[in-house]
Amino acid sequence: MSGLIIDSDACRGCGICIKSCTYEALEMKDKKAKVNENCILCGMCIDSCPFDAIKIEKEKTNSIELDKYKDIWVFIEQNNGVIEAVSYELLSKARELSKERNCSVKAILLGENVGKDLDVLFAYGADKVYISEHEILKDNLEEVYLEFLDKVILDYKPEIFLFGATNFGRSIAPRIAARVKTGLTADCTILEIDEKSGLLNQTRPAFGGNLMAQIVCPEHRPQMATVRPGVMEAVKKETNAKEVINIDMPSIKEPSIKIIENIIEEKAESISDAEIIVSVGRGIGSQKNLALVEKLAELLGGKVGVSRPLVDIGWADQKNQIGQTGSIVAPKLLVTFGISGAIQHLAGISGAETIISINTDKDAAIFTVANYKVVGDCVEILKSMISKLEKKCEKEQAV
Amino acid sequence: MKIVVCVKQVPSTNEVRLDPETNTIIRDGKQSVINPFDTYALEEGIKIKEKIQGEVIALSMGIPAAEKILRDAVSVGADRGMLLSDRSFAGADTLATAYTLSLGIRKISEVDLILCGKMAVDGDTAQIGPELAENLKIPHITNVSEIIEVSDNEITCRTITETGKRLVKTKTPVLLTVLKDINMPRLPSIDGVINSLDASVIVENAESLRANKSYIGLSGSPTQVVKTYIPERKNESIEIEGDSETKSEKINSVIKEVI
Repeated sequence: MSGLIIDSDACRGCGICIKSCTYEALEMKDKKAKVNENCILCGMCIDSCPFDAIKIEKEKTNSIELDKYKDIWVFIEQNNGVIEAVSYELLSKARELSKERNCSVKAILLGENVGKDLDVLFAYGADKVYISEHEILKDNLEEVYLEFLDKVILDYKPEIFLFGATNFGRSIAPRIAARVKTGLTADCTILEIDEKSGLLNQTRPAFGGNLMAQIVCPEHRPQMATVRPGVMEAVKKETNAKEVINIDMPSIKEPSIKIIENIIEEKAESISDAEIIVSVGRGIGSQKNLALVEKLAELLGGKVGVSRPLVDIGWADQKNQIGQTGSIVAPKLLVTFGISGAIQHLAGISGAETIISINTDKDAAIFTVANYKVVGDCVEILKSMISKLEKKCEKEQAV
Repeated sequence: MKIVVCVKQVPSTNEVRLDPETNTIIRDGKQSVINPFDTYALEEGIKIKEKIQGEVIALSMGIPAAEKILRDAVSVGADRGMLLSDRSFAGADTLATAYTLSLGIRKISEVDLILCGKMAVDGDTAQIGPELAENLKIPHITNVSEIIEVSDNEITCRTITETGKRLVKTKTPVLLTVLKDINMPRLPSIDGVINSLDASVIVENAESLRANKSYIGLSGSPTQVVKTYIPERKNESIEIEGDSETKSEKINSVIKEVI
């Protein structure tokens, strides 16, 4: 059986591991750390131990023939015939990885009438495009895509398979991973090929974004990962690649989920493209102060963004949320009020050009990424900024 | 209708600090609570039970102490709980967790509807729902924002897609993952709390579930965490000082320069 092993010779009984454990799974017995039944093998104590006395032993399981699997496949997601931008971002990332891995990039596109403009897939990084067009593929139904992609994995044996962490991607990727019994890492922010092992190193924020975790999938294939839109950069390049391969539609039984109505909404005005953003977090204190933030955003001609806690407590709509589980933004100017800066939030603002941060806590994590640090009361500063800007407006109007 | 709601025990906060002396990671918030996203799934299950009659069973995989959240589930209206707990379940990634949960559901047997929260606040993966459905070989629907109609053998619900909304209909059994705007979870009643004290919470282990050892826990987990870290960030920020008036004046002039 797998388990946590504490080397009692190496353990000095310092107790640091006990502090690092959230699950109260470690205790001190006879001046040595001992593990109890609460342990979930999260591994936090291993990194905390200064004496390398703790390790996790994993029982060997049957492994598959790893060297039969090759190339990086990217799932190209279309919705109503339009390819999602994240698919291009993944292709460009895959091109980068393929150079290190010395393999090729395969794009797979399923849908109805989607084969018109495939050049763009090559420009962003595909070496080969696999395509299947059929009426039943139009609607992104999990039951249909599952059978199709299961067959693709069986026939082509991808070493790596990447999906966008869209609503559909987050639904179909785990379903397939469970079908082919492989690992899947959600919402990766860094993907790289490990120099030594050749494995895909998948790094993602964990514990609400307060920690980064590097994950590998050593003995199962494909190595699967999802990446949120806007995290990777789509790069167009000249290319000679143009090979398109048509795959036949496998026979698939009638899906049991029926679509009664499909409502396509105008893309809600998104903060992802905003040039100026005033963002606000829990430090704003009270809900009524949000009006001040809106006022400032209006005066600056910008949009309002919020951190996740405000969405969680119902003060703001999720569409305004910035961060790993909200929108990734890249404005020219970002002014933050009362945002402490959890890693997951910071992951969403790394593309901002100039960040001015106001927070009462001088040690807030947001200041580690801010270009301008302001320690002070958000509400006071907001009010003062607004009144100065309004006065200036009045003056200009008077002139 | 037999409804299973999957719930997870999570730490009450996600705060992580770096111990400045030992340079190790310290996580605060040891008291464990029911994953907030799961409370919406639980509420939805209870609402369905009230509407068309049935039974709500709260299911969790976790350490023995996770029994508490199952009693919490009973205190708001679940009928009973099942805890899957065994040392050999430890270290499970989403694939091994989904497999283990599927064994619990098979043990409960003849389940019509499985409800999960959108994701857990500690892992944020949102993978358990679809992976569990695959293990049970039943269809799944994610991002459910409203259940419009429900009968013993059919469900109509609204879901959020990349480009809008969808109204879908399916036969049971089915697994749904629900969004938090689907309802307002109720608070426990006094009767509920009293009920929860002697409610049935069955504990199952690897043996009683007849789990295949190579699919559970760390051994059954394809993914491995290589390392965890608090990323270092370089700090080159310019501090703006003074009283609030001075600060706001300076901020405004920086803004003017930038835009």
